[in-house]
Amino acid sequence: MNLMMVVGPVLLLFIVLGFVTYAILFERKVIGWIQNRIGPNRVGPWGLLQTVADVFKLLIKEDIIPAKADESLFRLAPVIAFVPAFAVLAVIPFTEKIQFADFAVGLLYYMAISSITIIGILVGGWASNNKYALLGGMRSAAQMISYEIPLVMSVVGIIMSVGSLNLHEIVEAQQKVWFIFPQFVGFAVFLIASISELNRTPFDLPEAESELVAGYHVEYTGFRFAFFMLAEYVYVFAMASLTTVLYLGGWNAPFGLTFIPPIVWFILKFSLIVFFLFWVRATMPRIRVDQLMQFAWKVLLPLALANIFITAVFKEIPVIGKFY
Amino acid sequence: MSLDPSLMHIAVFFIVGIALPVVALGIGRLLRPHQPSADKSVTYESGVDPTGDSWVQFNVRYYLFALLFVIFDVETVFLYPWAVVYDSLRKEMGLFVLAEMLVFLLFLVIGLIYAWKKKVLEWK
Repeated sequence: MNLMMVVGPVLLLFIVLGFVTYAILFERKVIGWIQNRIGPNRVGPWGLLQTVADVFKLLIKEDIIPAKADESLFRLAPVIAFVPAFAVLAVIPFTEKIQFADFAVGLLYYMAISSITIIGILVGGWASNNKYALLGGMRSAAQMISYEIPLVMSVVGIIMSVGSLNLHEIVEAQQKVWFIFPQFVGFAVFLIASISELNRTPFDLPEAESELVAGYHVEYTGFRFAFFMLAEYVYVFAMASLTTVLYLGGWNAPFGLTFIPPIVWFILKFSLIVFFLFWVRATMPRIRVDQLMQFAWKVLLPLALANIFITAVFKEIPVIGKFY
Repeated sequence: MSLDPSLMHIAVFFIVGIALPVVALGIGRLLRPHQPSADKSVTYESGVDPTGDSWVQFNVRYYLFALLFVIFDVETVFLYPWAVVYDSLRKEMGLFVLAEMLVFLLFLVIGLIYAWKKKVLEWK
């Protein structure tokens, strides 16, 4: 094992932490603007140090473990939730050259590893020995497994087109047409299901502040709480990257604008998805819990299944077929 | 047998991922106060003294969703390899490869419709 193999991931970790710091600030600013407020502007110029101050505050807060909680599981849960969030980034191709693991089954790896986080959330909710936390954890698990099915099925259309699970090859297949166009149904299902997997508004029932206090992490304080939040925002990074790779052509330049470097294109598309997530959060009200579960099983799942067969049928049509 | 080199990269990602919480919480230990008291470590229940235990048997509804999840997740395990080789099988066997998957999915969709009619998918 050479040194670069370790330096690369550590560097990426700091980039991701930097992204999370400023994504949180940007999110608060965007929501502020949408609601006709200013947003954070006290700490540092333009509020630039707000999140840094928040993180430092969490770092110096006392770490309380409730007497009735299962101590070892309570300590373990945030780590279980965070590690997969970072580990999935290994297979994301940011550009032709910047990719850590050119894994043959990259897409499957992402889907499989990302679902481990559910266990972390469930363990955290259960180990707290708190009724709100248990309810939040259970709801969270039910929601995440329900939306995982449409999520994994919506990408089958892409796999059929490319004939590979390798994310690098999926991007190369999009040099002419991005999959958002031929796979629009799949894209819509994927985007909705991914917002739900991220536990973000309008699907933020697991931590619905107004009814469950905070959901699975009620009992968590200080930095352990921070790791649950961090896992969530690292997933925003990962999911926005994956959406870019799968549907927006990754680093490929549109309209032959190849003089702009590929990494810039990737960042632009990636930022668009991140902004979209914040925009949705500021615009949509929280969905009701019964509607939430029905929506996954009665709308998204049939749509995702239909998309597979639409893809297969379109493959047979002479002229259009070459896009599928 | 040689291992895929990308597996090494993935292993490093896991190690770095585990190292961050360990290091951050380790440094935090030096910075944060530690003054436990009986009141602090009481389970939070909106300021009221907690009643009973939270480790109870839970609503069967979650169990039904978990069952449905397992069925459809196993289905994706079959769908993924099928989708990967779809183009080459299509050349070899014609549309039979599509019909086969249609039949397989049909059985599962019937199960979904059954659950739908039985009102399992409704959250009460």
